[in-house]
Amino acid sequence: MTLRLAVATTAAVVLATGTAAAATKLTVYTALEPEQLGPYKKAFETDNPDITIQWVRDSTGVVTAKLLAEKANPQADVVWGLAASSLMILDQQGMLDGYAPAGLATIKPEFRDAKDQPTWVGMDAWMAALCFNTVEAGKKNLPKPQSWADLAKPEYKGQVVMPNPASSGTGFLAVSGWMQIMGDKPAWEYMDKLHDNVAVYTHSGSKPCKMAAAGEYPIGLSIEYTGAQQKTKGAPIDVILASEGTGWDMEATAIVKGTKNLDAARKLADWASTDKAAKLYTQYYAVAAVKGVSNYPANYPANAEAAMIKKNDFAWAASNRDAILAEWSKRYNAKSEPK
Amino acid sequence: MHAKTLPLRMKRTGDSLVLDGVLVLLGLFLVAFIVLPLVMVALRSVYDRNDAFVGLANYIAFLDTPSLSQSIGNSVTIALVSTIITTLLAFAYAYAITRTAMPGKGVFKALAQIPILAPSLLPGISLVYLFGNQGPLRFLLMGESIYGPIGIVLGEVFYTFPHAVMILTVALSTADARLYEAAESLGAGPLRRFFTITVPGARYGLISAVFVVFTLVITDFGVPKVVGGQYNVLATDVYKQVVGQQNFGMGAVVGMVLLLPAVLAFAADWIGQRKQTALLSARSVPYVPSRRPWCDGAMFALCTLIAGLLAGILGTAAFASLIRYWPYDLTPTLAHYAFAEVDETGWRSYGNSLILAGLTAVIGTVTVFAGAYLVERGPASAGIKAAVRLLAILPLAVPGMVLGLAYIFFFNHPGNPMNALYGTMGILVLSTVVHFYTVSHLTAATALKQLDAEFESVSASLKVPVWRTFFRVTVPLCLLAILDIALYFFVNAMTTVSAVVFLYAPDTKPASVAVLNMDDAGEIAGAAAMAMMIVYTSAAVRLLHTGASHWLSQRTQTWRRR
Amino acid sequence: MTATPYLRLSNVVKSFGAFQALKDVSLDIERGEFVCFLGPSGCGKTTLLRIIAGLDPQTAGTVEIGGRDVSRLPPSARDYGIVFQSYALFPNLTVARNIAYGLKLKRKAEEERVRELLALIGLPDIGAKFPSQLSGGQQQRVALARALAPSPGLLLLDEPLSALDAQVRLHLRRQIRELHCRLGITTIMVTHDQEEALTMADRIVVMNHGEIVQTGTPGAIYRAPATPFIADFVGTMNFLKGSVDDSGRIRLGSVHLHSDQPLTPGADVTVCVRPEDVVIHRPGPVNTVDMRIEAMEFLGPFHRVRLAADGFGAQPLTADFSANLVRDHRLATGDRLPVTLPAEHLRVYPVA
Repeated sequence: MTLRLAVATTAAVVLATGTAAAATKLTVYTALEPEQLGPYKKAFETDNPDITIQWVRDSTGVVTAKLLAEKANPQADVVWGLAASSLMILDQQGMLDGYAPAGLATIKPEFRDAKDQPTWVGMDAWMAALCFNTVEAGKKNLPKPQSWADLAKPEYKGQVVMPNPASSGTGFLAVSGWMQIMGDKPAWEYMDKLHDNVAVYTHSGSKPCKMAAAGEYPIGLSIEYTGAQQKTKGAPIDVILASEGTGWDMEATAIVKGTKNLDAARKLADWASTDKAAKLYTQYYAVAAVKGVSNYPANYPANAEAAMIKKNDFAWAASNRDAILAEWSKRYNAKSEPK
Repeated sequence: MHAKTLPLRMKRTGDSLVLDGVLVLLGLFLVAFIVLPLVMVALRSVYDRNDAFVGLANYIAFLDTPSLSQSIGNSVTIALVSTIITTLLAFAYAYAITRTAMPGKGVFKALAQIPILAPSLLPGISLVYLFGNQGPLRFLLMGESIYGPIGIVLGEVFYTFPHAVMILTVALSTADARLYEAAESLGAGPLRRFFTITVPGARYGLISAVFVVFTLVITDFGVPKVVGGQYNVLATDVYKQVVGQQNFGMGAVVGMVLLLPAVLAFAADWIGQRKQTALLSARSVPYVPSRRPWCDGAMFALCTLIAGLLAGILGTAAFASLIRYWPYDLTPTLAHYAFAEVDETGWRSYGNSLILAGLTAVIGTVTVFAGAYLVERGPASAGIKAAVRLLAILPLAVPGMVLGLAYIFFFNHPGNPMNALYGTMGILVLSTVVHFYTVSHLTAATALKQLDAEFESVSASLKVPVWRTFFRVTVPLCLLAILDIALYFFVNAMTTVSAVVFLYAPDTKPASVAVLNMDDAGEIAGAAAMAMMIVYTSAAVRLLHTGASHWLSQRTQTWRRR
Repeated sequence: MTATPYLRLSNVVKSFGAFQALKDVSLDIERGEFVCFLGPSGCGKTTLLRIIAGLDPQTAGTVEIGGRDVSRLPPSARDYGIVFQSYALFPNLTVARNIAYGLKLKRKAEEERVRELLALIGLPDIGAKFPSQLSGGQQQRVALARALAPSPGLLLLDEPLSALDAQVRLHLRRQIRELHCRLGITTIMVTHDQEEALTMADRIVVMNHGEIVQTGTPGAIYRAPATPFIADFVGTMNFLKGSVDDSGRIRLGSVHLHSDQPLTPGADVTVCVRPEDVVIHRPGPVNTVDMRIEAMEFLGPFHRVRLAADGFGAQPLTADFSANLVRDHRLATGDRLPVTLPAEHLRVYPVA
């Protein structure tokens, strides 16, 4: 009797494994916010029941470094939700597979790699924003900063948290934004002044806003989406886009060259540029890559599209990323939060 | 004529050949999973990112980078300060438990163990809540920030306190009453007796505590990760170099630097312990503390304060995990326990930790006990035994960060046939077993040494196979020690971050790493909630262990020593 | 030299690195003999026992048991029972289970055999107890019963009585002897206690520095120790330094003594005499010395008396005088009396 039970159990296990094996497991590297992973995965898998997504998530810089480190022996099949500036570096290293997804025609031209078989296709835009805790600022009599220039004023000394650009995509796009708005030298001079005001450089891009929301520090340079989200959750913060214009980047999708699951990877790439996907993205961000899809989530800064700097040169950012980060680390690293 | 020939060799029975084979396998296991990976770290530290040999260039670069070389000074400073504070507090606490007649000693002894149940990230999280810029106790810092050396030291004291108390309690409980009687009859006052008998008597315990705490602090990663702020230390540098920048060569350099103090402390402690055994006298008369109302009262107050702080830190995390939006919305909620909202692994990481801890407890206990048995009581030659014994204590000198790093290099190497282990639960279990091997091994060895040396000889003379005596006699006699080892493995596997943080894969991410990730993302309440899940689990298993041990000693008390 | 001996050790050597624990030991033991290995600690007696048991391998030489070469066989392939100093009883098993540990019998037969053995050791009612509930002497007997349970051909006892109180020890000596007589099992006992060896053994093997220094019956060893070492180790002995004069007599200071042993003139010698062999003046002119009582120690049935004579130089002489003798002669400290050292009881050893 026990034997029969054992046989039955074994058979059940084998069957279950068999079924599971039928689904393709797709290893997807991403820097999406953790709370987005669940909904994105669920939506995709509902439409593609034969594919399972296996997330590997970290901050932009970490994912980029990881992909580069694994160049000889790539572990990822697809990158879904990584800064375009990072994907361009991978592209320069020849690590991405060109593919024109089914919905390529609906993608805004500036939101995709220009090649016929684009190596990366954008999803949405995100940008640097200031999260300003009105309660804490009130206690300290801090005026509300309206511009990058304001932020460097001595009255904010020790009141600002910003992400470390080496690990955080948000941190990097803020820095690259400043350099494009102000020009090289003035931008470094600006950051020297800002450095005096920064209390901590964090590992992740969303943490400064969460710290500001929790009143740990009154001002966090962070992601506009995190600001909206925290405000919706009840945090006493204002989300501010700097008046000079703000650096932004795209989240984008790419297929890693050498993937063993090319068909499944292409299915994901196709799905990632559908209307349906874009509508999902705009649950969080206002600006999607797919033409005609736009949505302002609750508490999202109203002037977002206008505030994005117009001449955002991703290629320049990508090719100068190493040099910028090296210089940045040299100047400011000692204050960086352990990552 | 009797010509001298080669030394005779005993014909071996199948049993003893198998036993020797197993011991040699165990030795090879330790070589493969401790020695070789460390060699890989050493090798890796002289290669650059593109796998080109660069000699000492990485080391030079390390010393040339102020933010890195500065970390050595920072690490040593933090470790020294924490060690002094912890040792003093722990000495007072252990003294109160062993040498005074204050009430509630059993409770205090149990409360001192609180920190062991939590990952070292937890004190960091609690400190942020208590002393952060929104913390109710912030005023105590008098304008200083909790993010930095103050926070690290406070967290490390919490984290290392139980270890020091355990060592010092043992050291102080082996007092010889006759010395005190002699001193008193010679007219020595209480203070003089304290400094001429108590302190010297516990000096090896003190030395041991100092080294253990120093090593724990300098290699700990959890506390500085959470409250370190801009204050860099070596342990976080390894993580930053490896995970943050994928700069394995530099990570290996920092790892080698980190290995140094740990190895030194380990060697010093080892020498100290050897001397101590020679000092213990079997004839001493146990010291029974007498009532001294003032001293007892003061010690009771001190212990209450310390235990209160320990419980308070734990309580803070428990409380914070139940608050909707600190400090603006204090309504209670279980929302932070819905981990999937803030961490992609959700509750699965907790399940992973249970699997990891369970497997580590089972596999670790079996391996360690069988290994210790073969070393202490097996038929192998003294040379092999000595070699395996040395290998078994080696893991103690290897910080978890370095072990984890070593495993990346070793297992992720394309030429390694065990490559497939990389990214599986198997490598997490393996690294955790190896990481906590030494203490478990010593526990097992001590228990085995207490058994009569001739059990195996008697069995052989009675023609009873070795394995039968092992299961019928050895294992039942050591069952309490075996339970202790299993608990030790389980709790440590639940709480450890340092080695596994380099080795987990998305579907094997343990709860302790989830705590780290959530803290990284600024989801401190979620991190506190997950840390508390670890605490609750460890505490429950610990209670289970206490119950089982109690039941077992009740059941077996008829044949235990009178 | 008629039949082959039950146990034969030939040229057994045991080295630990450069140290030789046993140097070329050869020994025959007859079936049914009770042999004691006697010697100070570190003399190699336990090492030799463990080699016989197969617990430690010898470096060279052979061990034969019952005519079979077992030199290279593991313990389980030899045929013996062993009792250790610590008894090594399994604390988690009852006495009955301990005794039955080496039995491979059906349950009924096993119970019967255990009952038999418990009766044999005179403890019929303790089968259900655990070792920790027994006294040391009882534990010792249980260990003996366990060793005897499978009816081995050879019984090895490694200092089996040394952990016990004096009273219990005396009692157990007798019991082990009786058991040996009843079962007739060849027995080897290791001991450092000469009294134990003298009272129990058929034959004593005295060992020192890894070598057998003398083999013989207890009486022979006691009366005629082969070396000063044995003379000293077994019983109490006076050692007097002297030399042999031209007439073959021993000169101790100004005193001359006769010996029954042939002596080489001119040699330096040690003269040994047991305290109980020293007597108060006996008729005849030989070996009588005038001595003074320096000190007296009352030991119950006899007095141990320290004597000194001017002619002996500074060498004192110890004599055991019975309580009767002391009372009859009213001996007291400071008395002078003629003392005889009988020639037949003197053992003379050349000084090496």
